[in-house]
Amino acid sequence: MGPKSPVYEYLRYKKKFPTVWCPGCGIGTVMGAIIRAVMSLGYEKNDVVMVSGIGCSSRMPVYVDFNTLHTTHGRAIAFATGIKLVKPHLKVIVVTGDGDGLAIGGNHFIHAARRNIDLTHILINNSIYGMTGGQYSPTTPVGAFAYTAPYGNIEPDFDVVKLGIAAGASFVARTTVYHVVQMGKIIEKALKHKGYSLVDVISQCPVLYGRLNKMKSPVEMLRWQKEHTVDVRVTAKRSPEELKGKYIVGIFKDEPDMPEYVTEYQKLIDSLKEGATKR
Amino acid sequence: MSRAKHNHRAHNHNKEGFKLEIRLAGSGGQGLITAGMILAKAAVLTGRLNSVQTQSYGPEARGGASRSDVIISSYEEIYYPKARKLDLLLAFNEESYYKYIPLLKEEGVLIVDEDYVPEVREKNAVRFPFIRTAKTEIGTPIAANIIAVGFIGGLIKVVGEKALKEAVASSFNEAFREKNLKALEIGYRVGSKQSDRMRLV
Amino acid sequence: MQDKGKPTLIQGNIACGYGALAAGCSFFAGYPITPSTEIAEFMARELPKRGGKFIQMEDEMGSLAAVIGASIAGAKAMTATSGPGFSLMQEHLGFAYMTETPVVVVNVMRGGPSTGLPTMTSQSDTLQAGFGPHGDYCAVVFAPSSVQEVFEYTVKAFNAAEFLQTPVVLLMDETLAHMRERFVHPPADSIEVINRKEPEMPFAWFKRFEMTPDCISNFSAFGDGYRYHITGLTHDQMGFPTAVSREVTDGLEKLRDKILNHKERFTYYEKFMTDDANWLIVAFGTAARSAKQAVIEARRHRMKVGLLQLCTIWPFPDELIAELSRNIEGIVVAEMNMGQLIREVKRACPRKLPILGANRYDGVLITPDEIIHSLKVVHGNKER
Repeated sequence: MGPKSPVYEYLRYKKKFPTVWCPGCGIGTVMGAIIRAVMSLGYEKNDVVMVSGIGCSSRMPVYVDFNTLHTTHGRAIAFATGIKLVKPHLKVIVVTGDGDGLAIGGNHFIHAARRNIDLTHILINNSIYGMTGGQYSPTTPVGAFAYTAPYGNIEPDFDVVKLGIAAGASFVARTTVYHVVQMGKIIEKALKHKGYSLVDVISQCPVLYGRLNKMKSPVEMLRWQKEHTVDVRVTAKRSPEELKGKYIVGIFKDEPDMPEYVTEYQKLIDSLKEGATKR
Repeated sequence: MSRAKHNHRAHNHNKEGFKLEIRLAGSGGQGLITAGMILAKAAVLTGRLNSVQTQSYGPEARGGASRSDVIISSYEEIYYPKARKLDLLLAFNEESYYKYIPLLKEEGVLIVDEDYVPEVREKNAVRFPFIRTAKTEIGTPIAANIIAVGFIGGLIKVVGEKALKEAVASSFNEAFREKNLKALEIGYRVGSKQSDRMRLV
Repeated sequence: MQDKGKPTLIQGNIACGYGALAAGCSFFAGYPITPSTEIAEFMARELPKRGGKFIQMEDEMGSLAAVIGASIAGAKAMTATSGPGFSLMQEHLGFAYMTETPVVVVNVMRGGPSTGLPTMTSQSDTLQAGFGPHGDYCAVVFAPSSVQEVFEYTVKAFNAAEFLQTPVVLLMDETLAHMRERFVHPPADSIEVINRKEPEMPFAWFKRFEMTPDCISNFSAFGDGYRYHITGLTHDQMGFPTAVSREVTDGLEKLRDKILNHKERFTYYEKFMTDDANWLIVAFGTAARSAKQAVIEARRHRMKVGLLQLCTIWPFPDELIAELSRNIEGIVVAEMNMGQLIREVKRACPRKLPILGANRYDGVLITPDEIIHSLKVVHGNKER
């Protein structure tokens, strides 16, 4: 794939490439999948907004030719909420990492999910704080190593999918960078979905997480992703032992009829207008 | 480009006019902040008077001490918005009476609920059973605050019954409007009889 | 809705709401906190009636974030809070400075630090309002002193925010916020409303953060066809992150100079009986009302006192202090804190004059008597 690929039409590659991401990083693959989903849905670039917080994944908005907003650590969803409420026709994609989206930004995440506001939240989950150099995050598994968990992590990790479902998001899915075709399809569905759509993308950070956890090459990490995932549609046929330590991937929740916040607010506005004419 | 608003002169304080400093004090939940608000609103609705209402309130919405200050003035501007030397003190309980009586001007008027502040020594004191009257005439003790508004309105004269009615009517929804207008009228009638007590300065 | 032109009695917080609507505010995000909550309640009631949007966010950081997002999408947007909430908002206030996003942040001051005195008055966020967020920038802060002024300065805050493309802080205090006072809603056509400068050039020529002679760039809302990048990182004229020395310096100086270039236009104040004054009080907010009363009373005792009421606190109007200090013998700075504004007055006063504070920080409005007492002290010092 070279600059002739139509994906490049959506990139600020002439000015902004190469990216800040390390060789073997999974974030670029996710960026490609998002762009292909936008292309396949035929969205106008002017109608797409990408909002991010702080972290490696949050650098993505620099490279894509949309309306792009790179905000503060953890708060991307709150900024996106303001944009979506003012211009509901815009397709607002929020890209966060795991530390950014779940630790410092956890509160905004669960409340936006609760409101079921029409945002597409792509959570690029590499289980590590990459930009600050390898500290453990809310999705670092117990026992894994990080520079702030030098003796192994003792904190239980979040199950992002369960968290999203419990908080009230109406579309919740998980995929991995390895499953790039599935990731593309899921992101496309998430974009089309009206309501809060959460996609937990298991990604790899070979430079920090991999090196500290005996997986030095990107290939090893992708192989790990392949070997540690089970499709949600076949989990019923697997024993608990078989599912232990595995990421379940696929679409967990897809309820397009749940009341969506911006739509509900518009209904409120319309009802007040009707009331005024009656009087 | 200078952005001075305008250079005030204190001319309005040289011409004849008056400034009334009123304090309504009692327990939280007796509606004295509402009473102060309505009194101030009535003054403003006359179109001739200026008014400021402030309050001190604690985080507790019921019980505890509650106090509302109203300044009514014929001058264009009211600067310091709180009452300092009182022209009129309304005390709905003993505690408020003892607490604020030192601030009453020599010629100031004291109004107390006679059932709750049994003994007052001040010669310019008016005693009236606000809460009891509210219970018997309106059917609820809560209306005592509006009886007090009427009473004060009648006593100070300057606001007038029309503006008081307008202020009460616009402060309550239909369910409570009639009762409160009645309370106002009762208070106004009794208060008017005391109007010779008030001297405006 | 208020009858325009007819006097009525409303609370300071409500006047702030009317001011916002008059300025064209169509978005409000907030989080409940005493003593500012009435503003949020008002906006929740009034905005949807006008097609605007209100949202109660999960915290104050989220509130200002949503407000900035709304402004980037083209709406005039505001939030209102008090001490602890204002502290939480500092990071996003900094983001708005850096990204040149017009927003209005109302801070109704109560006693602090921390939870402090939630229901009592204060002016102890005076310095925080000017220097709260980390980094270098130039804050714009307005402070009204009456219910009518709250309306007026809320409109002015929006105008300054839109014109300068920067956050503007409206500093109120609990006394003013909860005070009910006569208010006359001016007719709509008499209210000056300023909107942000928008681009007219083709997309290819557009630079969101273009260096212009007066340092004000064109603002295009997201979705209006000019795609660009916004970041809290130090950025170039296109909006992309940069660490190039020249670009970093120019970018930061732009944040400062766009304010200083228009300082005079947005410096509001009132001189009260200063023409023949030998003694000067400097005050703002409700303390300025106590100070006016002190002026009247001091003059009855043949003390020639005047008041400089600052309605723009930041950028601090050094020039005014310099001008007024020429013919006076001493200054009293009256404020409800332990002495914040007085630092600026001392710094800005070019003459060696006795400058004394009249301070109160127990949650109660400073009284005229307390100010007069300080006047007497400063007067006595000079006599000796």
